[in-house]
Amino acid sequence: MGTRIRGGWVVDPANGIDEQLDIYVEDGLIVGLGPGPANFEVEREYHVDGNVVCPGLIELRASLREPGQEHKATIASESRAAVRGGITTLCCTPDTDPVIDTPAVVELIHQRAAAVACARVEVQGALTQRLEGSRLSEMGALRDAGCIGVSNAYRVMENTEVVRRAMEYAATFGLTVLLFPEDPWLAQDHAAHEGAVGTRLGLPGLAETAETITLARDLLLVEASGVRAHICGLSTARGVEMVAQARARGLPVTADVALPNLFLTEMDVTDFNSACRVRPPLRTQRDREALRQGVREGTIATLCSAHQPHEPDAKQAPFTEAAPGISGLETLLVLTLRLVDEGLLTLQQAISRVTYEPARVFGLEAGTLSPGRPADICVFDPERHWTLTRERLWSEGRNTPFIGWEFKGEVTHTFVGGRLVYHLEEA
Amino acid sequence: MNLQLTEDGRLRHFLTIEGLDRPLLTRILDTAESFVGVGERAVKKVPLLRGKTIANLFFEPSTRTRSTFELAAKRLSADLLNLSVSASATKKGESLMDTLRNLEAMQCEMFVVRHEASGAAHYIASHVAPHVSVINAGDGRHAHPTQAMLDMFTIRRHKERFEHLKVAIVGDLMHSRVARSQIHALSILGVPEIRVVAPRTLIPPFIENMGVHVYTRLNRGLKDVDVVIMLRLQHERMDSGLLPSEHEYFRYYGLTEERLAVAHENVIVMHPGPMNRGVEIDSDVADGPHSVILQQVTYGIAIRMAVMSMCLGNPPAVEGGEG
Repeated sequence: MGTRIRGGWVVDPANGIDEQLDIYVEDGLIVGLGPGPANFEVEREYHVDGNVVCPGLIELRASLREPGQEHKATIASESRAAVRGGITTLCCTPDTDPVIDTPAVVELIHQRAAAVACARVEVQGALTQRLEGSRLSEMGALRDAGCIGVSNAYRVMENTEVVRRAMEYAATFGLTVLLFPEDPWLAQDHAAHEGAVGTRLGLPGLAETAETITLARDLLLVEASGVRAHICGLSTARGVEMVAQARARGLPVTADVALPNLFLTEMDVTDFNSACRVRPPLRTQRDREALRQGVREGTIATLCSAHQPHEPDAKQAPFTEAAPGISGLETLLVLTLRLVDEGLLTLQQAISRVTYEPARVFGLEAGTLSPGRPADICVFDPERHWTLTRERLWSEGRNTPFIGWEFKGEVTHTFVGGRLVYHLEEA
Repeated sequence: MNLQLTEDGRLRHFLTIEGLDRPLLTRILDTAESFVGVGERAVKKVPLLRGKTIANLFFEPSTRTRSTFELAAKRLSADLLNLSVSASATKKGESLMDTLRNLEAMQCEMFVVRHEASGAAHYIASHVAPHVSVINAGDGRHAHPTQAMLDMFTIRRHKERFEHLKVAIVGDLMHSRVARSQIHALSILGVPEIRVVAPRTLIPPFIENMGVHVYTRLNRGLKDVDVVIMLRLQHERMDSGLLPSEHEYFRYYGLTEERLAVAHENVIVMHPGPMNRGVEIDSDVADGPHSVILQQVTYGIAIRMAVMSMCLGNPPAVEGGEG
């Protein structure tokens, strides 16, 4: 006895599927596509004719704020926002309070997520204790507690020796290391891209070299240690070039870009819009085009929202004093689809960059519709238009510069482990 | 849409020079001209803003700018509230918004704001009640529009026209809100050649996009200029690795009589104050025949009277054209 998702257009990049097929689900797993297994008893059926059916989306980098910053968001609130946006797996960053540097915190997060029973929550452990960049975290214990990778979140490690040893130690346990390339000295007190707009507005500027210097250091240490690494949030043309070169040399490196950096530039900061305060900063038109090329060519194989929900007060401040970050779960899918509309990616490629590719970064089972895999599925109406308003957001963080944007494509059903966790009422 | 202007193009807030047009800047100068005489009278008051309440809201310490705004408000017969917020409220965790709401509840019609964050005045202007005007008295590195206008006023008094001038701005452009506002004002008023002079560490990248010529050598930058504007050098610049020492700065960028000799013979020397004698400027120049530095202070009151009365919708009648 199981579930049939009937009549949808199935896009499963991992298996090269792009056609109208029925999907059969039993005991939380996908058991067949197309004609279905013999003797399958349909208990529940969802007619999704005209809609796209794809693997549930994976958000690579979500700050879930729990434990410790529940005034910004909670695992419950963000899990609901996630499935509303077609996301079935959230990979949470370790910048909670306390930091995710002990198995106890990992367990706590898993328990909270299980209690909400909505999106899956996977945990990135801290690379160093309390993210302080001096002592290595107990990565073995973190892995055994279920961490899928290790990261120092947005806290860049200054001590090169620690970076080197952290990579070697992570490699020992087969953990992927996530690296955020920002030189802490060049980035000190700086809020916007160092360019014509920042100069005109008197905003202390973050130079391109703030990204490329740390990136160069990290890529060299990745090469020496052989650790599997993922570069978070590229923002410069030069950075894309460096990652492409590293990959061409055969380094085990992947990279992502936060979607806002593909749509906005330094020009969007012109009126001191604090919603556009992000790390790394929005840079030039030229950088944006290079990032898009990197996405097209696959140098940047993964797209993410770099979700950072904030309470209103955190953004109610002059630009330089506003907290950086954008709440992005509910725009992950639609911004990705916009890249298809703009001709940058095919639908297959676009879906792959938010499902299969992020799953590969961490070696997750998710991200495909292969029989035997968990039935984490996103169904969306590709033709439905809607406008983003503050009231419409389910995330506790209403901090997004995309308020007022019109989007095409809306999630109608989200399944996690075969269970319907979101359903668009009027669909 | 320009946040600073009303629908019919009048000044509502005064946040930045950028985006304003030449007629409006000229009107500010002309209006200030009509106020210059007020300070010389026995009774130094006009009743234009009687019954209005103005709050000086300074999140950053300032003596000079605050006192000239204070005098300007009093000479316009407005009631004035002086608030130094840096030490009290924000340190206790009161948000900027809460401070504003409190002041609105006291029924102030105008906030004169100084804040260390670029964009703070814009932020406040976009959050105040519709009947409140905001004047930017300096926000971070972004803008200090009344200072720039008093400098324009000083230039016009000495040079009459802007269209043939060469102007050099010398010093810490990186951190200077004054310089940014001056550059906008000079170019809107038609100055054909604006130069900036400083070592590379004090020149913000892409500043040439604002229509200036960049010089790193003082003697070249000063050649034949009609106006020299010196900027204040903060002591902190030595600690943050931008300069080795004040001594070396003076040696290469300090303004002396000798260096000034390459400028036009009728050059005027300006400084927004407070000056560091012997760091960016030699006393012989500061007190010398080319210096107009003290006049700047006097004109500052007239300019602030002009902007306050224009923002609150009750400027004196001024004849059109050049004042």
